[in-house]
Amino acid sequence: MPPRPGSPLPAALLALLITWAPARAEPVAPAERRSGFEEMGPGIQAMQRDDDVNPGMLAVADGAELWTAAPPSGRPSCAGCHGEAASAMRGVAARYPAWDARTARPVDLQDRVNACRRVHQGAEPLAYESPDLLALTAFVATQSRGVPIAPPDDARLDAARAQGRALFAGRQGQLGLSCAICHDDHWGRRLGSAVIPQGHPTGYPLYRLEWQGLGSLQRRLRNCLTGMRAEPFGFGAPEYVALELYLATRAAPLPLETPAVRP
Amino acid sequence: MRRGRRAARLLCGALALAVTAARGAEALAPYAIVGDAIPEPLTGAPGDPARGRAIVADRTRGLCLLCHAGPFPEERFQGNLAPSLAGVGARLSPAQLRLRLVDGRALNSGTIMPSYYSLTGLGRVGRAWQGRPILAAGEIEDVVAFLATLREPEGTP
Ligand code: HEC
Ligand code: HEC
Repeated sequence: MPPRPGSPLPAALLALLITWAPARAEPVAPAERRSGFEEMGPGIQAMQRDDDVNPGMLAVADGAELWTAAPPSGRPSCAGCHGEAASAMRGVAARYPAWDARTARPVDLQDRVNACRRVHQGAEPLAYESPDLLALTAFVATQSRGVPIAPPDDARLDAARAQGRALFAGRQGQLGLSCAICHDDHWGRRLGSAVIPQGHPTGYPLYRLEWQGLGSLQRRLRNCLTGMRAEPFGFGAPEYVALELYLATRAAPLPLETPAVRP
Repeated sequence: MRRGRRAARLLCGALALAVTAARGAEALAPYAIVGDAIPEPLTGAPGDPARGRAIVADRTRGLCLLCHAGPFPEERFQGNLAPSLAGVGARLSPAQLRLRLVDGRALNSGTIMPSYYSLTGLGRVGRAWQGRPILAAGEIEDVVAFLATLREPEGTP
């Protein structure tokens, strides 16, 4: 029985973990929100726009096959329960992370896929960053392309969202930086060769040229944390879901663009 | 269960951090701030400007060029989060440069410049980096010695 992984860190503990003067950061106002897409050169933008060359589309095609494949247990495929993804899954990714009543915690889209496998398909959960989990998640999220991010208005998510906001605003790591310093205060500036984007989760899972492969939002957050020389959380940690929740609030109403391409 | 352990580990981590910071602080060379400067070098040996230049240009050691630009014609892609280092040796004395590297928070609590020689006030430091400053005392002196040579303002050939 998983004990409430959604429960936020007690505020006092957070304050202990994350110290030092908070950044002056103001979140980017809704009208000024822009996807990391805008920060990229025309070459990579064209690669994302054209499905024939977007490398993320290979995974989406794999995901479409997995959607209709029956699990070894003989239970229904995803399509067996949900039907046509183009209609049934339209808009779903735009409202994740969401509250999961069964486990009484917030779950992101990857968790949801694995919960369906466990509960409805009698199948093992897929490992984080495994090609199959990325492909299924990318396939589902792609059905929401162009749909504005619209976090659920659900008070049960408030505690985790507040935890995500605290993680975003607090200084951490050996360099004493915070997410907000880069993504609220200094987006558009150059950090070495990289233009700092506003840091919106609009395109995940996405194909990153540096990874030469598809990766999840959690992998991206892990990259930023290790860049700050902070201890990354383990894949699937409630802290990541909390950050994802806050990021969704911070990004709304930008449209989803999975599978995005990033440098 | 797993979660319980994680919470416990986090808590221990936080406590251990306080202890490490205290222990680490003993390991750091003591220094005294006078006005807006640290007049005395952190080590007995004088800094070496050539070594300092290499540290500043190294994006995994000094990290300086991630944020600052400077007179480094061979380095592409310098950052623009911070003022240029060109001419900084004419604007600031070695003693002033030393404090800005060691712990700029003493001058500006909201600074985004990392404190290169401090272990206090940090949270959730990655395991590989715990208990040691970003640069060692000798490296700070090397960087100070190099920055002191940057006397030409930007744009001067
Ligand atoms: C020192 C600067 C810095 C800090 C601190 C930082 N990031 Fe980032 N972040 C970046 C840069 C630069 C990129 C773009 C990477 C690239 O293009 O190589 C990025 C990318 C991202 C993206 C992907 C945006 C997209 O368009 O796909 C997200 C989301 C993100 N960061 C969130 C965070 C969070 C959450 C934190 C804190 C845990 C954080 N970042 C801390 C610099 C930073
Ligand atoms: C994460 C960003 C960042 C990094 C990395 C960084 N700095 Fe800075 N630095 C700043 C900012 C911003 C300022 C402006 C003063 C302030 O905000 O407190 C500054 C100020 C300075 C100053 C004072 C400049 C003046 O004209 O008053 C010096 C000297 C300096 N930095 C040197 C360095 C050196 C050397 C390194 C690497 C060893 C370095 N910095 C790394 C952000 C950074």
